[in-house]
Amino acid sequence: MTSLEELAAALRAALGADRVVSDRLELRTYECDGLAHYKVTPGLVVLPRDAAECARTVSECVAAGVPFVARGSGTGLSGGALPHADGVLIVTAKMRDILEVSPADERAVVQPGVINLQVTRAASPHGYYYAPDPSSQQICSIGGNVAENSGGAHCLKYGFTTNHVLGAEIVTPDGDLVELGGRAPDTPGYDLLGAFVGSEGTLGIATRVTVRLTRLPESVRTLLAAFATTDAAGAATSAIIAAGVVPAAIEMMDALAIEAAEAAVACGYPPGAGAVLIVELDGPAAEVAAQFAQVTALCEANGATELRIAADDAERALFWKGRKSAFAAVGRISPDYIVQDGVIPRTALPEVLHRIGEVASAHGVRVANVFHAGDGNLHPLVLFDGAADGEAERAEEVSGAIIDLCIEYGGSITGEHGVGTDKAKYMPRMFSDDDLTTMQLLRCAFDPAGLANPGKIFPTPRLCGEVPRRHSAADAPAGAEIF
Amino acid sequence: MDWEPATADDQVAGVPARFVAAPASTAEAAEVLRAAAAQDLAVVVRGGGTKLDWGMPPRRLDLIVDTHRLTGVVEHAAGDLITVVRAGTPLSELDFGSQQLALDSPLPGATIGGSVAANVSGPRRMLYGTARDLLIGITVVRPDGTVARSGGKVVKNVAGYDLGKLFTGSHGTLGLITECAFRLHPVPPARAVVTRTVPAAGVGALLTAVREEQVVPSAVEVDRPPGGEVTVAVLVEGTAEGVRDRAARLEKVLGGHSGDLPSWWGAYPWQPGGTGLKLTAALSKVPDLVGAAAETGIRGSAGTGVLYASVASSEDAPRLVERLRAEAVRAGGHAVVLTAPAEVREAVDVWGPVPGLELMRRVKDQFDPGHHFAPGRFVGGI
Repeated sequence: MTSLEELAAALRAALGADRVVSDRLELRTYECDGLAHYKVTPGLVVLPRDAAECARTVSECVAAGVPFVARGSGTGLSGGALPHADGVLIVTAKMRDILEVSPADERAVVQPGVINLQVTRAASPHGYYYAPDPSSQQICSIGGNVAENSGGAHCLKYGFTTNHVLGAEIVTPDGDLVELGGRAPDTPGYDLLGAFVGSEGTLGIATRVTVRLTRLPESVRTLLAAFATTDAAGAATSAIIAAGVVPAAIEMMDALAIEAAEAAVACGYPPGAGAVLIVELDGPAAEVAAQFAQVTALCEANGATELRIAADDAERALFWKGRKSAFAAVGRISPDYIVQDGVIPRTALPEVLHRIGEVASAHGVRVANVFHAGDGNLHPLVLFDGAADGEAERAEEVSGAIIDLCIEYGGSITGEHGVGTDKAKYMPRMFSDDDLTTMQLLRCAFDPAGLANPGKIFPTPRLCGEVPRRHSAADAPAGAEIF
Repeated sequence: MDWEPATADDQVAGVPARFVAAPASTAEAAEVLRAAAAQDLAVVVRGGGTKLDWGMPPRRLDLIVDTHRLTGVVEHAAGDLITVVRAGTPLSELDFGSQQLALDSPLPGATIGGSVAANVSGPRRMLYGTARDLLIGITVVRPDGTVARSGGKVVKNVAGYDLGKLFTGSHGTLGLITECAFRLHPVPPARAVVTRTVPAAGVGALLTAVREEQVVPSAVEVDRPPGGEVTVAVLVEGTAEGVRDRAARLEKVLGGHSGDLPSWWGAYPWQPGGTGLKLTAALSKVPDLVGAAAETGIRGSAGTGVLYASVASSEDAPRLVERLRAEAVRAGGHAVVLTAPAEVREAVDVWGPVPGLELMRRVKDQFDPGHHFAPGRFVGGI
């Protein structure tokens, strides 16, 4: 038997045959996550039902020296859950219980496979919700959100997953169950929970997550503003921020993205607009009323050609429908596309958009822009036809050039999709060797054997257990010797 | 760069140092730490010196790295609502005009680096979060002199591990923080504070009523002097119109009145040289903790479950620390003795039980394999 076959037998014996998938056809359904152009059929898939089974699976992997990769709903967009051909894919889809909803503590405790939106559904009868809202919130899992430190349209005001996770039980890459954080804030010791959130499955697997619930806002008001150009929409965004308003969300779409959204979901955005902004304010009614008047005036002063104010929840949902379906919608106007995720300082928005336009036209490729304008998180959609000669390569070049622009303007190579498989190669452009080596010290503390999701985030894995370099006395400056 | 011989004032929790170095840049700091590592020196970082008596005394100490020359705002990008600040800059000296770093500092004179390293917070953590939430990028020098950065200058960024969170609250045991990038918030044009003083038994109902009212407080604080009644104070910030309406609603809900910030607002309840504890609790258990603290008194953020208590007499300290810790644990939280005279520190368990200690030791061993940085100051003897 191969080592994987032996491992499969051991896991079946330990957990039961129904937890382990080794049929070739079934395995192939797990070959990619939301970034479908990376495909690897996993060696084995395990579907644990609880933390103990998850820990046992990891322990067996460790004993066999086999790498493992965790997967939630498989909606990630950076290949973070891309399996290993000779490894085990641990899927949390069977761990879907909401264990507790406590409005009095403003906490919920959930298993990692619980869907993001279900937390809000469970909390909302009590007047609470779970604030992080990635566009995939109807299907993405809390465990995946924790791994990726997922954001969403409303993180401009409310922060990211890391600001809303208070505690987690994790399986360490040694197979131990450890509690990080807790129900109360500021657990003594290192903030290992803060380090764990966003570590993309390389520091272990969350098996239970304690999240903060946020009181529902008393009032929500949403504005759709059309502009002739993205420059004008960008200027309006700057004016809103400069006025000291922190909206719950400011989203922008350009003409091509609007065209795609219209074709896909008929959201009825103002025809002919060069850009639209969706601005949402929430909070106490009197506060929202005062600021909404201010925002409306600022949009008009910056050349808004049309303003629509959502009259009710249905109209608000329609405003958001165009935005939230934008990624899939470009499928209507292009056979293939790359979803990019980069960040720039918000004030550089107009300049960077022009440069993206220049790069795109130089390569003969169209780019539709959808982004979280409030925090400078761009999601350019690079359109191409994979069947046309050389187009895929040109699109890939444009996509890479956009990332270079983000770095050039002092931003980031990813705002919310993660590094994963896709962007490990860009990490050295944003960080020095010393930065990356230092980050991997954390990795070595958690996972000295390098079995947890290897090959993700870091282009060059650091070997752990290296003896630290000894400095010779000759390194010491003379001044230090005097005293 | 030059090192100076230590003076009698250069000690940490009673342990004297031999040298003091005050680097003025990250590069100079790296040079100092490379040299210190080469000579196997034990190092403690000092900012404003406001929390040098926090934690346990270092097991050994040779060199104090003082950050008083590592100061200044490197960048304030107002349109992007971010700043980059050198670690030795006192919080009180930061002035961003119509913007603010929304980190309350309970100790006058505290620096950015010290506040991040000790993870201090104040009343407005309820709305703005703590240092870990405001910090978007960090530059550190590792104990071997290696300079490393994580995060960046944009608020939204998930590239690589978030070392800023690891260094926040690490009490100088993993390396020297030299620069921090923070997100800023606009300074709200108006604010109001509504207070009400009630017997301890009435606190729970008031806190629940405030939580249910959708007025989004920036802070919900309580203060109970030893043996006294409890004052609940709620801060709202925003537009003039909005604040007027929210304060009126709070006056109704609390049965209280609007006024100035109370004199105790945002200050620790202990005197210099006294024994001070940080107590945490699940939100629903805050009233229990407040109720149980009749003898010592208690103060802090009832809106987040982070409170502080003072023990006046050293003789009573072991008994009272034990009792408060039991109450905090029952409330789902922890009790840490932040500061105490030497005799109390020796008599009590300063940090209390800490989950995940084994992993923490492994992190320390990776970042500081020679255990040169603040040895013994932190949890579990780290």
